Amino acid sequence: MNALTKAISQFWQSSIGKKLVVAITGAILVGFLIAHVGGNMLIFAGREAMNDYAYFLHHFLHGAGIWIFRAILLGAFVLHIAATIALTKQNRAAKAESYEHEATNIASKSSRIMIWSGLTVLAFVVFHIFHFTVRVDPELAGMKEPSGRHDVWGMVIVGFQKPLVVLFYFVGISLLCSHLSHGIASIFQTLGWRSRSSSDAINKLGLAISIVLWLGFLSIPLAASVAGFGTDQLEATVTDVAETAPEKH
Amino acid sequence: MNLTLKVWRQRHANDTGTIETYEAKSIPEEASFLEMLDIVNEQIVESGDEPIHFDHDCREGICGSCSLTINGVPHSREKGITTCQVHMRKFSDGDTIWIEPFRGKAFPVVRDLVVDRSAFDRIVAAGGYISVRTGSAEDANSLPVSKDHADASFDAAACIGCGACVAACKNASAMLFVGAKAAHLNLLPQGQPEKDKRVLAMVRKMDEEGFGNCTNQYECEAVCPKEISADVIAKLNRDYAVAATKEAFT
Amino acid sequence: MAANGSSNGTLNSAIPDGPIAEKWTNHKNNSKLINPANKRKYSIIVVGSGLAGGAAAATLSELGYHVKCFCYQDSPRRAHSIAAQGGINAAKNYQNDGDSVHRLFYDTVKGGDFRSREANVHRLAEVSGNIIDQCVAQGVPFAREYGGLLDNRSFGGAQVSRTFYARGQTGQQLLIGAYQALSKEVAKGGVEMFPRTEMMDLVVVDGHAKGIIVRDMVTGEISRHAADTVILATGGYGNVFFLSTNAMGCNVMAAYRAHKKGAYMANPCYTQIHPTCIPVSGDYQSKLTLMSESLRNDGRIWVPKSADDAAAIREGKKTAADIAEEDRDYYLERKYPSFGNLAPRDISSRSAKEVCDEGRGVSATGLGVYLDFRDSIERLGEDTVRARYGNLFQMYEKIQGSNPYQEPMMIYPAVHYTMGGLWVDYNLMSNLPGLHVLGEANFSDHGANRLGASALMQGLADGYFVIPATLPNYLADQVPGSVTTENEAFEEAEKAVTDRIEKLLSIQGERTVDSFHRELGLLVWDKCGMSRDKAGLEEALEKIPKIREEFWKNVKIPGTGESLNAELEKAGRVADFLEFGELMCRDALNREESCGGHFREEYQFTEEDDAVKSGYTNPGEAKRRDEEFSYVAAWEYTGDDTPPNLHREELVFENVKQSVRSYK
Repeated sequence: MNALTKAISQFWQSSIGKKLVVAITGAILVGFLIAHVGGNMLIFAGREAMNDYAYFLHHFLHGAGIWIFRAILLGAFVLHIAATIALTKQNRAAKAESYEHEATNIASKSSRIMIWSGLTVLAFVVFHIFHFTVRVDPELAGMKEPSGRHDVWGMVIVGFQKPLVVLFYFVGISLLCSHLSHGIASIFQTLGWRSRSSSDAINKLGLAISIVLWLGFLSIPLAASVAGFGTDQLEATVTDVAETAPEKH
Repeated sequence: MNLTLKVWRQRHANDTGTIETYEAKSIPEEASFLEMLDIVNEQIVESGDEPIHFDHDCREGICGSCSLTINGVPHSREKGITTCQVHMRKFSDGDTIWIEPFRGKAFPVVRDLVVDRSAFDRIVAAGGYISVRTGSAEDANSLPVSKDHADASFDAAACIGCGACVAACKNASAMLFVGAKAAHLNLLPQGQPEKDKRVLAMVRKMDEEGFGNCTNQYECEAVCPKEISADVIAKLNRDYAVAATKEAFT
Repeated sequence: MAANGSSNGTLNSAIPDGPIAEKWTNHKNNSKLINPANKRKYSIIVVGSGLAGGAAAATLSELGYHVKCFCYQDSPRRAHSIAAQGGINAAKNYQNDGDSVHRLFYDTVKGGDFRSREANVHRLAEVSGNIIDQCVAQGVPFAREYGGLLDNRSFGGAQVSRTFYARGQTGQQLLIGAYQALSKEVAKGGVEMFPRTEMMDLVVVDGHAKGIIVRDMVTGEISRHAADTVILATGGYGNVFFLSTNAMGCNVMAAYRAHKKGAYMANPCYTQIHPTCIPVSGDYQSKLTLMSESLRNDGRIWVPKSADDAAAIREGKKTAADIAEEDRDYYLERKYPSFGNLAPRDISSRSAKEVCDEGRGVSATGLGVYLDFRDSIERLGEDTVRARYGNLFQMYEKIQGSNPYQEPMMIYPAVHYTMGGLWVDYNLMSNLPGLHVLGEANFSDHGANRLGASALMQGLADGYFVIPATLPNYLADQVPGSVTTENEAFEEAEKAVTDRIEKLLSIQGERTVDSFHRELGLLVWDKCGMSRDKAGLEEALEKIPKIREEFWKNVKIPGTGESLNAELEKAGRVADFLEFGELMCRDALNREESCGGHFREEYQFTEEDDAVKSGYTNPGEAKRRDEEFSYVAAWEYTGDDTPPNLHREELVFENVKQSVRSYK
């Protein structure tokens, strides 16, 4: 076991080891985002479909599923951030002195702001969790269907009625997708699956996923705020202001 | 043509260093970039000052000595060449040219534009070889190597160790250099016995020397005078993952 | 003392007895051995880290000796062996085209115009195959066929395909192989590496080479290193001409310092001029670039028939395309119908000089001839030509700014390699005991002319296979570690080095080091270049001391000795070139014959000669004088103001009959 611990510690200490951690956790997070945007699209299928889906998520494996899922995501998220911050620190130290006359050849803008887009996304995710998962806003937390189930659908529509919230979502999602436009292709490179012949396809795949996610995620706040989608059906929601704690089934 | 040069001058490793301005007058456009510096230096010496120091030797793009960052880009923006292969006809009369050393913590400045790249030698010494005692080799044709593998190995072996990859990388990462050496040897049947050991040792040495990490921007590939592909980095990542896993479980 | 020095004593070349094909084996069997436990007690200094030095340092360390290796570059991987393009010969006969050790031996002796030592050349051919085995095992990516086996090509007019190659970068790949082997030994602790360190002098203790004085080029520190033997693998002296294809740093200092300490310098007049280089374009030029000789396979070399047309081209009034077919002189095809554009290096170089001297040169300076691919492009199509020479065309275009697919290339010969060097015996030991000399730095294997793809072979043969076997013949008689840097010879040598640096720095005259180097280079190129004559050489011998005198009075070196100082480094090297150049001209004057790279205008075939009458050779070809000059001229230094002594090593040809080289 000692040898294994040593190997893991060496792995983490090595540049490639940390990069592999970033790539694998990044892949997990991208997988989650794809599932997430797919689920989100149910908003447009109506209240029933969306709330059924939310109910399912909260109840599969007798409610343990979502916690297993959340633990994995949290782990991936923390490792991703820890590794990239450690890498960034090392990278800054490795290029202590820079050029008086700076120039860039081919590196994309997205690739050059990864740590900043990443940290902004972190702030955004924290906000997003408090907004829709923890539901610190009692108005959103108390939204119920007539059946008594939590009205996720209604919460989302109401949640996006504030322009500042929509703006923050716009910035957050845009930076997330900028992050992914470099990140997804990088996963392939770091895992050793990219080559000169496949690089074009991989870059395009990364860009395509980023654009789809950007459109998908932003379609909801824009639909709800700008186009007024679903606002006419909000009265069906029963709001119980008294109960502020998140739904537990 | 007449040019204005903005040149990094630093007397020794511990000096702070600064950009100084020189006028390069009546430079023939057939001259090479280094010959332009020769002309300027001759004038500096004649005026009694010390010339601008820079590394150079073969002046035909193969020894890897020359190492100038020209207008922010190692070996200039022209693809697939070293500093010594840059010619003045690529510049225009009246241009201002910034000339700086290859930057990276692992490449400390020795003087002016001369940097210490011995970290590369130490990485090779850590494992960038095939252990074969002189005289112990069997007949060269007893081990056929497929042409594809031999060619791919050659593509990686073309590295001249100039360090432009490190200088171009915002993280001063040496992954293209290390990846090229590892790929050169790991692609050949002769290189298999020491493959895992080689990859682990070279990567650890690379980290120890203070090079940064690869963030997949491929600036290294863009400036590499031998146009070595970042594929070698992907391969190094893969070989490292395999070697590290094997090491952990054996 | 006579003007050309006097002859005394004979040199013992220590050639083993027995038939030529058994000499090396016999010699190895009879050589001394040092047991493994004792090897580590011996220390060896290797100066130079190219193919010869790098290979020797790595191999000797593998054997257990303690090695210190020095190079002026920032890394051993940058030694100038790296620039060799073409390939490396080996008598493997993988092509089944009738090659053999004997044939490689024969070709090399003949190619060297019968001025090399048979026994050494045969050994070179014998170990050539082992070199390929060794390099392949190290991972050198030689070109391969689709079946996975090694590919060969014919090179330099050889009638068999025995050249192994790695694209146009064979030297680089072989050097990296040696460098990696060296790095492995550095990591193990067997080799201590001293990059950016220049040898300033050789230390001789009781008549034996036992150490060196070096300068750390970064700090300027002068230090002493003692060892049981010293190996010089410091390359050739081509930069005496200022412009050459050598790297900027290549110099003769180590070899010349050894010469001044008693080692004989052999055949310095043998210099090889490579016919296909990019012509000089102006005074600012710092070096010349070689274009691979392979271009001559498909390119046709010509100049206009009339000097008027050539003048019009030089002035930009006409271009190559304006010269009608019948007004073009494809002079190599005309003079050498069977070899044509593939005539050997010395012959094609001289022919280019001849036509340019006639005022028919086409480059702006008048020193350039056309290498034209028009007909090949018509015959083969541009794509085929691109596939064969694309990278070379690209290189040419980058340097010259003209497109060789549309306009013919311009080429001119340039100094490329030097066959002369320090005299060594069969063990590669100089007349100065304890001093061993390998690679281009010694004189032994190429005679008066080196064949293509033989330089890499010789460097690696010396380093990997010869010196490890012959060194014990000297070392076994030495008590390891018997000389230390405390010895007063080190004290004296160090003081001489420090004094010399101080003297150079104290001159503070008006002229730069390069201006002297350029002046010397132009002079020796003019008088001791592609062709030489008595009057010109005497003129050079008169002028060189004057340049040297002015150098020591009027050179300007800024800065101090205590830091990186490029001008000071160059000054030390140029100071030695200024002495060496004189020795080279003296040797050329002494050798009253033409052979290989040494062409004396007085000694050429004329219409009167039988060989011309019979049609065997052309008037104007080099004429050897075997009766008088079948010897190695080894020069002994006698003092700054006295002419050197000439020692002769008679060359005996028992296996190859001396004949007139004909490429008609």
